[in-house]
Amino acid sequence: MSARLTPPVSARDHAQGPADAPVTLVEYGDYECPHCGRAYPIVKAVQRSLGNDLRFVFRNFPLTKSHEHAEHAAEMAEAAGHEGKFWQMHDLLFENQDALADENLIAYAASLDIDPRWAAAALAQGLFRERVREDFASGVKSGVNGTPTFFINGARYDGLLHPTSLLEALARAATPE
Amino acid sequence: MPPLLSAGTPAPDFTLPRSPDAKLRLADSRGHPVILAFYPADWSPVCGDELAVFNEVLPEFQRHHAELLGISVDGVWCHKAYAAARHFDFPLLADFEPKGAVSRAYGAYRAQEGFAERALFVLDAAGVIRWSYLSPLTVNPGADGILAALEGLK
Repeated sequence: MSARLTPPVSARDHAQGPADAPVTLVEYGDYECPHCGRAYPIVKAVQRSLGNDLRFVFRNFPLTKSHEHAEHAAEMAEAAGHEGKFWQMHDLLFENQDALADENLIAYAASLDIDPRWAAAALAQGLFRERVREDFASGVKSGVNGTPTFFINGARYDGLLHPTSLLEALARAATPE
Repeated sequence: MPPLLSAGTPAPDFTLPRSPDAKLRLADSRGHPVILAFYPADWSPVCGDELAVFNEVLPEFQRHHAELLGISVDGVWCHKAYAAARHFDFPLLADFEPKGAVSRAYGAYRAQEGFAERALFVLDAAGVIRWSYLSPLTVNPGADGILAALEGLK
């Protein structure tokens, strides 16, 4: 099994860093997953270290049967994305993993100057459920095998969740053979 | 150690405990595809591991009328606690006594360590293996290979 990112990164994705960066790191993650919480500062560290050589993309992979708040957290991140504030919400969610109930999510929206009534309605009506499902389905197709799962330039990264290992793999991907 | 059973091989039948008071016979699952997911042990330290992913993908497996069975050498009580803690909606079979016998029959046993490999099999409705995959022990397989194999059964 090749475990290649399907579909590739496109304009529909949430991305940080230049589109023509030599390395693209894609994370499939779950805002309530403790391992994704551990990965969060590691990703920040490699972003700081690689600067404009790295593009980082986040796709939703909520494990809804294990984590009761994961689906709504993912939908709230997408709702914030609709308002141009995906990454602010993404960071808030990972920095507050123990407070992801609906009332918390709506309060985070308000703190980002997103109308809390609209945010509450977005959750209640499932406005972004389909978007999250699309991410999930693409993850399954891509060979996501747990959370978080990373892809480096389209190939699944099976190494350790550790800054040094991840940086080495990213550096290898950045250097043409 | 005999190699992993490959496509075209009739799946060896077995009867294993699926709970403290019930057994499951593979042959009773004829008529629809079956996914066998051998794995080393319950309580792996990764929370979002392959079984959690498969658990989420169950509706997709069911769309193909496929039944998912997890198999490890852990005992029934261990499986029961593990499945409850992780909210698994599919059975975990105990290849516990004689230990690893079914895993061995499928070429998916690590005799030195005494537990099953991370190995996947997709069986067709007639009980013939149509796809098998052995994953490196430290690498969880995703559901992509299973779904591709189920698509191929059509």
